[in-house]
Amino acid sequence: MIFLAEWWDVRDLGNAVGELLEWLGDHGPDWLPYTASALVGAITIVVFLLVSLLVFAWLERRLIGRIQARRGPNRVGPWGAFQSIADAIKFVTKEAITSANADRWVFWLAPILVVVPALVVFAVMPFNEGMILADLNVGVLFLVAVGSVTAIPIFMAGWSSNNKFSLMGAMREVAMLISYEIPLVLALLGVVIFTNTMRMNGIVGWQDEHNTWLIFLQPLAVLIYFIAGAVEINRTPTDIAEAESEIVAGYHTEYSGVKFGMFWLAEYFAGFAIAAIIATLYLGGWTLWGLEEWVPGWMIFLVKLYGLFWFFIWMRGTLPRLRIDQLMGFAWKALLPLALINIFFAGLEVLLWQENDLAAEAVLPGFAIANLVLAVVLIVAWAQLLGRGRPQYRPTRARLVKELGAVVYGEEA
Amino acid sequence: MTMKSEPFVVNVGPQHPSTHGVFRLRLTMDGERIVDAEMVMGYLHRSVEKLAEGRTYTQNIPFTDRLDYLSAMSNNLAYCMAVEKLMGIEVPERGEFLRVIMAEFQRIANHAMAIGSFAMECGVWFTPLMWMFRDREKILDLFEMTCGARLTTNYVRIGGVSFDIPPEFMPAATALVKELPERIAEYESLLLENEIILVRSRDVGVLPPELAIAASTSGPVLRGSGVMWDIRKADPYAVYDRLDFDIPVGTRGDCYDRFLVRLEELRQSVRILEQALDMLPDGVASVEVPLALRPPAGEAYARIEAPKGELGFYLVSDGSPHPQRFHIRSPSFINLTPLRDMVVGLTIPDAVVTLGSIDIVLGEVDR
Repeated sequence: MIFLAEWWDVRDLGNAVGELLEWLGDHGPDWLPYTASALVGAITIVVFLLVSLLVFAWLERRLIGRIQARRGPNRVGPWGAFQSIADAIKFVTKEAITSANADRWVFWLAPILVVVPALVVFAVMPFNEGMILADLNVGVLFLVAVGSVTAIPIFMAGWSSNNKFSLMGAMREVAMLISYEIPLVLALLGVVIFTNTMRMNGIVGWQDEHNTWLIFLQPLAVLIYFIAGAVEINRTPTDIAEAESEIVAGYHTEYSGVKFGMFWLAEYFAGFAIAAIIATLYLGGWTLWGLEEWVPGWMIFLVKLYGLFWFFIWMRGTLPRLRIDQLMGFAWKALLPLALINIFFAGLEVLLWQENDLAAEAVLPGFAIANLVLAVVLIVAWAQLLGRGRPQYRPTRARLVKELGAVVYGEEA
Repeated sequence: MTMKSEPFVVNVGPQHPSTHGVFRLRLTMDGERIVDAEMVMGYLHRSVEKLAEGRTYTQNIPFTDRLDYLSAMSNNLAYCMAVEKLMGIEVPERGEFLRVIMAEFQRIANHAMAIGSFAMECGVWFTPLMWMFRDREKILDLFEMTCGARLTTNYVRIGGVSFDIPPEFMPAATALVKELPERIAEYESLLLENEIILVRSRDVGVLPPELAIAASTSGPVLRGSGVMWDIRKADPYAVYDRLDFDIPVGTRGDCYDRFLVRLEELRQSVRILEQALDMLPDGVASVEVPLALRPPAGEAYARIEAPKGELGFYLVSDGSPHPQRFHIRSPSFINLTPLRDMVVGLTIPDAVVTLGSIDIVLGEVDR
């Protein structure tokens, strides 16, 4: 990796910031660089997320409009591009009502806290080699820890609203997050087993060094992570916690105005966070087989992130929603065992590799093929195994009375 | 260890996204299970039956538009058939064919809405509904072309229809009928063999045939339970006895069966339309009837197979220009009656899917 560590090298914006901090360290008090680096990082992440949100809130509606054979927003600005800004103004200017019997403080605090976890996840997300706010050596553990905190503000919102639908939504959310957290973490473990590090940049570096992406080595884990992640971010079709047709709007039924806007924001941020995690851990992050030397790595990362987010939009436009017990059953009966088996095989492969001191170039393609076969076999086998509980009688057409050899009541034979 | 628990009442409606209007379902829950369901109706009561007694027979036709506002043509037809029965009016053949054409287009429009909103209750985010709206629009365009109105058509009149079709109707209708099978195949590609829809609606909201008959349900709800009953075959009206079509029935009486029956009825309606458009005779579309009708004293009941089930109008005349009694046998209301037995023991999501599979319109439930 040849980086001209010059401040004007836009391929890694971390250089410029590093230069700035160095200057501050030379010319200011000791605490200044630390404060400044935290501020710069935090502001950059918030600005990046807000801009992505403004673009994607509009783009999603346009894309869903395409899926649904309609136009989508097209009034505000060219192609309706300023629709998100109009929405943001609407959220801010509408009255944020606190219902009379709500637990005021908790009700007020929940929408603020709900945004935090998704924001904090980006602190350990490498946009490029130097563009990472905190390159923790336990980055993956941090992701897991922060990711599951979301349950608390959502439960606070549901509980404090003093509304039955809110409470049901909150209960569902907690049950669901706890269930899906386990396959989610187990899916991440496969990555750690292979790369032998929890540092986010270390994982990206490992993929770069071995010229492979972990998606090839861990296809099953990616699938599990994608499904579990889609459930965690609470968007249709897995929006059990807000399930519009069942429990009105779930935990945020009572929220309006800017408070509702925060939940809406958090939903997008969480989506970006899950997409960013998949892009970093499984799709090589900011690397693209050498192209990152010519194209800024953060652009490559963003393309991967947005591409993955597009999948969430696509799913939203197509799939129906499972019932809560079916969704939970899926986590415990399908995802969890598969994730465990996946870890077992990942461990076995790494053991084989390390114990025998084999060359990476020789074993990795073999592992990739073996794991792909394993994933397909396991999914098919599991579908067969669980399939016994599925509806067996599944006609695709209603029977016609004529075909039954009968007549409609009252009709002459 | 047992925990002390008590039943929990959840009001689904009258303001709820999936009650199709202002229907209220008062569910008593034991945890996630429904132990009792009470239906509360009347939020949209407009006293149509009483109002109609103060107006003339012709003035009452627009009231029928507003009962089941998703299938105004069928409502017009049933009411006019009742008045014609009372008066002994014969409708010209072309008029009968036009009525059948409109009623079948209306059935497709209604079932498109029903299937779309059923899929939405299953949690699809608007996509099937929007696809079906696209095709329903074309049907409403045909209505607009013919009578100037899209929703509350007021088209079928006593003695025939209000207008004969304009010249541009036939090409447009033929093109649409040619296109519809592709569209139906498109809906099926999205919704059929979808594991999630299947597990959400298979064996959910089961209506056994005995209960379906006992509650005197009709239409797709009754046929979904496997009961072979369709008024178009059992008691043919208009020109249905001259058209070739089949009646689909379900096997288990669950939500999935009702959904399949509706899908198949779309195809059968297309078949009817193909034939009816082909056989449409020349001639006059309606006979002249006096504006202020004075039917002889007596009573008449006329029924049709409306998209939602048996729609009947019972009229009592005392020889004056106003009906003495104007009773509506509305399918939505009667199909709702077994809802409690269908949802007890299920969860809220199932109850919502079941309600969606019955396909109610509150304008008709409350009248």
